[in-house]
Amino acid sequence: MLQVDRLRIETPGDKAHKAAVLVNDVSFTLCRGEVLGLIGESGAGKSTIGLAVMGYTRPGCAITGGQLLFDGRDIRTMSSEERRALRGRNVAYVAQSAAASFNPSRTLMQQVCEIPQALGLTSRAEDRARAIALFRELDLPDPEHFGDRYPHQVSGGQLQRAMAAMAMAARPDIIVFDEPTTALDVTTQVEVLASFRKLIREHGTAAIYITHDLAVVAQIADDIMVLRHGNMVEHGLCDDILQRPQQDYTRRLVADRAQRDAAATVGDGETLLEVSNVTASYSALSRVVDDVSLSLKRGDTLAVVGESGSGKSTMARVIVGLLARESGELRFEGKTLSPQLVDRSREERRRIQMIYQSPDVALNPNQTLLEIIGRPVQFYFNRSRAQVRERVLELLRMMDLPESFIDRRPSELSGGQKQRVGIARALAAEPDLIICDEITSALDQLVGEELLKLLKQLQDRLGLAYLFITHDIGTVRRIANKVVVMRAGKLVAGGATETVFSPPMHPYTELLLSSVPQMRSDWLDEVLARGKPESHAA
Amino acid sequence: MIGLLIITVNLVGALGAPVLAPFPEAEIVGDAWAEPSPAFWMGLDNLGRDIFSRLLFGARMSIGLSLMITALSFTIGIITGFAAAIAKGWVDTLLSRLVDLMLAMPTLIFAFVVLSALGTDLAVMVVTLAILDGVKVFRVARALAMNISALEYVEVARLRGEGLWWIITREVLPNAMLPLIAEFGLRFTFAFLFVAALSFLGLGVQPPAADWGSMVRDYRDVIALDVPAPLFPAAAIALMTIGVNFVVDWLAQINTRGLGDAK
Amino acid sequence: MIRLVALRLLFGVLTLWAASAMIFGGTELLPGDLATAVLQNSATPENLAEMRSKLGLDRPPLVRYGEWLGRAAHGDLGVSLSNDRDVVEEISPRLWNTFLLALFAALIAVPLSICMGVLAAIYQGGIFDRAVNVITLLTISVPEYLIGYILVKYLSVQYDLFPSLANVSADTGFGDRLWLTFLPMVTLVLVVVAHMMRMTRASVLSIMASPYIEMAILKGVSKPRIVVLHALPNALAPIISVVALNLAYLITGVVVVEAVFVYPGLGQLMVDAVSKHDLPVVQGCGLIFAGAFILLNMIADVLAIMSNPRLRRPR
Repeated sequence: MLQVDRLRIETPGDKAHKAAVLVNDVSFTLCRGEVLGLIGESGAGKSTIGLAVMGYTRPGCAITGGQLLFDGRDIRTMSSEERRALRGRNVAYVAQSAAASFNPSRTLMQQVCEIPQALGLTSRAEDRARAIALFRELDLPDPEHFGDRYPHQVSGGQLQRAMAAMAMAARPDIIVFDEPTTALDVTTQVEVLASFRKLIREHGTAAIYITHDLAVVAQIADDIMVLRHGNMVEHGLCDDILQRPQQDYTRRLVADRAQRDAAATVGDGETLLEVSNVTASYSALSRVVDDVSLSLKRGDTLAVVGESGSGKSTMARVIVGLLARESGELRFEGKTLSPQLVDRSREERRRIQMIYQSPDVALNPNQTLLEIIGRPVQFYFNRSRAQVRERVLELLRMMDLPESFIDRRPSELSGGQKQRVGIARALAAEPDLIICDEITSALDQLVGEELLKLLKQLQDRLGLAYLFITHDIGTVRRIANKVVVMRAGKLVAGGATETVFSPPMHPYTELLLSSVPQMRSDWLDEVLARGKPESHAA
Repeated sequence: MIGLLIITVNLVGALGAPVLAPFPEAEIVGDAWAEPSPAFWMGLDNLGRDIFSRLLFGARMSIGLSLMITALSFTIGIITGFAAAIAKGWVDTLLSRLVDLMLAMPTLIFAFVVLSALGTDLAVMVVTLAILDGVKVFRVARALAMNISALEYVEVARLRGEGLWWIITREVLPNAMLPLIAEFGLRFTFAFLFVAALSFLGLGVQPPAADWGSMVRDYRDVIALDVPAPLFPAAAIALMTIGVNFVVDWLAQINTRGLGDAK
Repeated sequence: MIRLVALRLLFGVLTLWAASAMIFGGTELLPGDLATAVLQNSATPENLAEMRSKLGLDRPPLVRYGEWLGRAAHGDLGVSLSNDRDVVEEISPRLWNTFLLALFAALIAVPLSICMGVLAAIYQGGIFDRAVNVITLLTISVPEYLIGYILVKYLSVQYDLFPSLANVSADTGFGDRLWLTFLPMVTLVLVVVAHMMRMTRASVLSIMASPYIEMAILKGVSKPRIVVLHALPNALAPIISVVALNLAYLITGVVVVEAVFVYPGLGQLMVDAVSKHDLPVVQGCGLIFAGAFILLNMIADVLAIMSNPRLRRPR
């Protein structure tokens, strides 16, 4: 039905930007009812391909070669009017951010029924009935009245499903899913993923499913195509890719998941940080951190796990003193840390350092790496300029960054490199404890893995303790020897990683754990067969 | 680039007026309203003074006054704006409410009230306009400081224990520089047009001193006689504003594209 | 939402009150006092004291402010210092003139600039867009009086199509009035349209770049539908504030335009009063201008609040 032949998409380039090839000679065919997974890291060109199938390129890009045949008609040579008729009617689109992709000033029903009504094939009442049926199929609450709401009145997971209903409304032949679950929490992701799969299976719709997460696509796709830097790396049946990857790159993508259950080393030093019964909030209305206790020894890696809004990042802010605690005790090597940052000594500040989620805003764009990494050296240890430079070079070497980077600015580095600079800046203070706030979530999978390995090495060498804040349970099992699970500001479970993650588990921990997609195609079926854990309602 | 050229020409004209001007500012060199000729490029004015020479001298008044006003308003606006953003709490609330109130009233009317009471004195005008303009700079400076100080690299500096001065001069200001320069250009055109408008209305620069606005006023009656005299100073005002606007546009483009791409 | 609107109205009243305080406070800045200003050179200690008690200057400023505000609320703005005429009588015919001029200009400028702004945004980068862009960039940089004098030079002096002076009076007929005020009106329109059109274009463009517009394109929605159903409803709030902002700008622009065409309006009156230190007249005019400005801003904000779906229908 859809045949893509040696597709090539480029940005022509102008004075400010160099010309670049986004997609290079990619070919595939999609038959009726088939689901193709497009997988790759950022910049792999997967979304660009998805949009090209709809006869659309983002401003500044152009299809420069190859063919896109839909039912034998070339999408590239179609008139804009024909292309418009193709969209929605034949090929529909589900975007990553449903919140931004719905028009805020029209009701969901108006938007879902827009295309069927524009086509005029069915009556208004029929369209409405069909939309309600779709809402029901997608397990949306109160399907009869769901469509009367405005986008801001429903939750993110519901909105994502409503977008699938909108895509399905005109009974398209193909739906392009572009990272539709990436912005969701894991537990929501499972539900949305299951709804999507049910929908396309029951309607026999073909789909192109775009994601960076191999385990997610494994649940839904028949075929998988792995892309890298705009080139096709490997293309094959889902199970073949997962179990018998041919290419080295695919092997690394698959292997990485498998390794995750490797044991972490256990800290055995003296107690470094002790948090007891800490409570904190931003306003009087609600407590963001509620009666939390945890403790950390030298050499420990303690993971704080939770979904968005669980209070895990706020916990970090309380520990470093950016947010004053309301009650409870915070001790570092037995000495009480004052709640307010201003009351802490320079030495106390030096010993706890922090690394942030997005390296783009964590590094001053106007400073060179010498200034960024060198400032703590100078500030805490008052070294001479030559000594500072020497120390910065040493830290760069530790980070596996070339020494020549010392005079560069952050904008000249890649995401992974910037994050290494963030680590180097923290290490420059020679701390005892480093708080890592979601440090891998803005990075591509393999880059993130490298970073974790580096942190592990540094820990072995320097005897650091890490407080690791993350929503990704996979990471936790890989590197942490202790874990606490947070939900709505409260501790749900805590202890050694093996204990917390092995039965008998707290139902919420179990839910989180079972929601992490696994690298086999029957995982989703198993989860659904087991039924939803009860803690959802809690 | 055209913008920079226009600004440079104007500044050179203003600074070099005594050297460049063919005739002294107030000297009567011919008949009133003489036609433009090779000797008098733009003709002569109501008293027989050379319009081109007066235009060069007027540039000093127009540009100088506006620069003074803008510099003063930036001093006021940036200090209070940054202070509000960093102090937060009641200082911020108080200053911001006050500024909201002042912005909710028309600037020109405000200036009128003050000038009617204190008289049309240059110092009064400069201070009044600087305060009225400073209110707008306050908003921009406060927002910039707020945005930048919410970024994590500023948080890192605060965590490290850096002092306020270091944070402002090293972390905040360098990253606020480009938008602030653009804002300076914008506020300059505003002050420039405002001074000219006041002078045109007879409430700004008073004779015998002259700026471009008051020159338009002095010459306006002859427009009905088909003498182009008032068009010259008015066009000079327009040209200068266009030049600055071009530069502001260009800076704004660099700003949105980001420093990384601008290299 | 009702709370927000109420808050905004309250802030409007508060601003108006603050404006009145500042306008009154302006008089207190006067070196010496009102009496010295009235008597000027003929001041002797005796008649100064007499004048002070006549003007009520022997009482504290707060009391006088209260009285002034109370009288102003009843439509009594005092007596002009320069010709002893009642300020309200002095103001009313001129207020009517200014109001008509601004109204004509607004009636033409608002629809024109919104249409042009939307069109330029839709055909972004096209010839129309680029041409309009350059022209408006030039127009916003040009002071009102240059536009005014150029119009006079060509339309009035060279071709004698319209009068260069807009000397209307109370008994000028409607048709004559339109003809007399044509040039000042066109000047105002040109200046305001440039600002309003650029701002409309910018706000429509920012909406056209949003993901839900891309989504609508990907859904296969036709271009007119995208503009009318998806872009305009969301552009409404920004466009309303653009209009209000520019009408407020028009209020001050009118002062200069009146001076160019010697139009007997409120602006001219105020400028004269300022140079004559005729404080009651300045206060009266100031109150009216500030009131109109504040009212427009308030209406814009209230409309913007009401057109926001998030506020109209809370969760």
